[in-house]
Amino acid sequence: MQITSPRFKTNAHEALRNPSLQKAMGNVERNFIGRRQASADALPEFEALRDSSRDIKAHTLKHLDLYLEAYERKVTEAGGHVHWAADAAEANRIILEICRNAGARTVTKGKSMVSEEIGLNAHLEANGIVPVETDLGEYIIQLRGEHPSHIIAPAVHVNKEEVEAEFRRVHTHLPPDRDLTEPTTLLAEARGELRSKFLAADVGITGANFLVAETGTSVIVTNEGNGDLTQILPKVHVVIASLEKVTPTLEDVSQILRVLARSATGQEMSVYTTLSTGPRRPEDPDGPEEYHVVLLDNGRSSMLGTDFEDMLRCIRCGACMNHCPVYHAIGGHAYGWVYPGPMGAVLTPTLIGVDKGGALPNASTFCGRCESVCPMRIPLPRMMRNWREREFERHLAPTPARWGLSVWSFFAQRPALYRLATRAAAGAMRLAGGRAGRLRRLPLAGGWTDYRDMPVPEGRTFMAEWNRRKGAGR
Amino acid sequence: MSSRDAILGRIRRSLGTGEANLVRRAAVTDRLQRAPAGVVPARGKLEPEARIALFREKAEAAQATTERVASPDDLPAAVAGYLRRHNLPQAIRMGDDPRLAAADWSREPQLSLSRGASAGDDLACLSQAAAAIAETGTLALASGPDNPTTLNFLPDVHIVAVAAEDVVGDLETVWAGLRERHGKGVLPRTVNLVTGPSRSADIEQTLLLGAHGPRSLHIVVVG
Repeated sequence: MQITSPRFKTNAHEALRNPSLQKAMGNVERNFIGRRQASADALPEFEALRDSSRDIKAHTLKHLDLYLEAYERKVTEAGGHVHWAADAAEANRIILEICRNAGARTVTKGKSMVSEEIGLNAHLEANGIVPVETDLGEYIIQLRGEHPSHIIAPAVHVNKEEVEAEFRRVHTHLPPDRDLTEPTTLLAEARGELRSKFLAADVGITGANFLVAETGTSVIVTNEGNGDLTQILPKVHVVIASLEKVTPTLEDVSQILRVLARSATGQEMSVYTTLSTGPRRPEDPDGPEEYHVVLLDNGRSSMLGTDFEDMLRCIRCGACMNHCPVYHAIGGHAYGWVYPGPMGAVLTPTLIGVDKGGALPNASTFCGRCESVCPMRIPLPRMMRNWREREFERHLAPTPARWGLSVWSFFAQRPALYRLATRAAAGAMRLAGGRAGRLRRLPLAGGWTDYRDMPVPEGRTFMAEWNRRKGAGR
Repeated sequence: MSSRDAILGRIRRSLGTGEANLVRRAAVTDRLQRAPAGVVPARGKLEPEARIALFREKAEAAQATTERVASPDDLPAAVAGYLRRHNLPQAIRMGDDPRLAAADWSREPQLSLSRGASAGDDLACLSQAAAAIAETGTLALASGPDNPTTLNFLPDVHIVAVAAEDVVGDLETVWAGLRERHGKGVLPRTVNLVTGPSRSADIEQTLLLGAHGPRSLHIVVVG
């Protein structure tokens, strides 16, 4: 997909001015936050499970090479094949070859963010193979020619009227006078359309939430059942997953499962958690005849041992974006690549480079809500700060920002001057604000005052107040 | 160099370790062998009857329906009754699981039975669960010669029988049972953990049942 992260600022402005997006984004804040809180509150061990999950992933990452080798051994023992892909191009090449060997014309797909990351659909289409997204949200955005705007609710930016319009445009063999005003009828229509695709597909491609080293198993966690129909009906099941999905044991998976659905949708368990190990056994009445796993690196091995290693604990639950005020305001597409929200702001620069993704870590108010809800306790604000430092060091920050920081550092290193200047500025703002106590215009702060007034400072400066209290304490 | 070796080499360089580090190897072997349990919620640690009650409560909270019958011979009447109550044809597809086969199906002469995997044209299917988990109201279904996976996903109506003695407190007990049956580190091709009927909230975050899998899930606890 085309990367638009470098024009993040323009994207964000456009998103703020898009009324249908703003209407759709209201659903995120309304629904996800309360549901997560209620399910976390209902489980006394929830915080202890977060610690346990964090520790499991931290241990796994320190032994990643060995767990990957153990996992590969078990997949092979169960009759499956493991393919290692250093980057997106290699992963696409491997999957295309598997599809060609199977004589595939259409492939069904379960929801997979890694498949978005490598641009698999475009690669298959360019080579004459039709990929069919089967998750309802993914199906909607595939019809619209879009990419997911949320990692677990890919069509969260779309309103139901827009879904209706799309279904009428594409499903032309159905009666034009049918009623599609309710979400139930839209769902029923998608179910009917996709059922025949499931049965006709030659290859089914899914992602994985976990790869279990103990048993050589891939695990998918879904609510619709589309991932299961994708992987049990065709002759060939291909799993595309990144390296850090490997998890030592079934017990370890169970710890993380207990925080995954609660953090994502507020469910105690998602409807379908499916463990797949190798191809169907000789006596099995159904299931795929071939089972392949494509293990994708794409820059992850180089994140180990750096400031960004903790990011590899991410289980893609979406809690960080569900709680992010910036994400609520601009939606996922403004981030300009596959991964939006706070996790995307950290991951995107590591995967596409800080030169292209550097604007994203700046899209944060550092309110800390993402870290406070992250089930894996990933220090997202700290890592965004790390990216800002690197961006500054590499002279990639925009000139006004660099200039502003130099001015600030000049004053910060001269405390007396700093105090004088802040006192003068606060006084001047109070004067200019008048009785209303608000400023409609402020030099160099158009980004703020274009959308809202700037409140004038109340009372003294911090240092003045500090000195007063210190004096009073004596 | 193969991509495999290149990737493993990069991981070891990033971690600052060599291939032959015995301490790291021992830590990995130990964890895979011992499979430590971690934090297991107290919620599921109950006496058998309370466990079954919690399982049914949690499954119903996930929009499944449940009932309990006294013996396997009551299962045919439970299946026929469910279909009748929902105005569905008296037809059911099921696998060859001996626990299902042991029921006296001749008690329901109107109920037509078919066996084996589904091709997608069955309205209702019946499965035997390997276990049920009280903690979350979840069923555990294992694939095998007598238990087709397609029955769990293709029908509109999925009826699942589970023996009362197979209702356990937590996931960890299910893994212990599977290890006992299949051996350490070995699993059936497919293990489905199912909590309620299929659903989607992809259109405006409105929760709707019956996305791609079954529109309804009915659980019969036997015994």
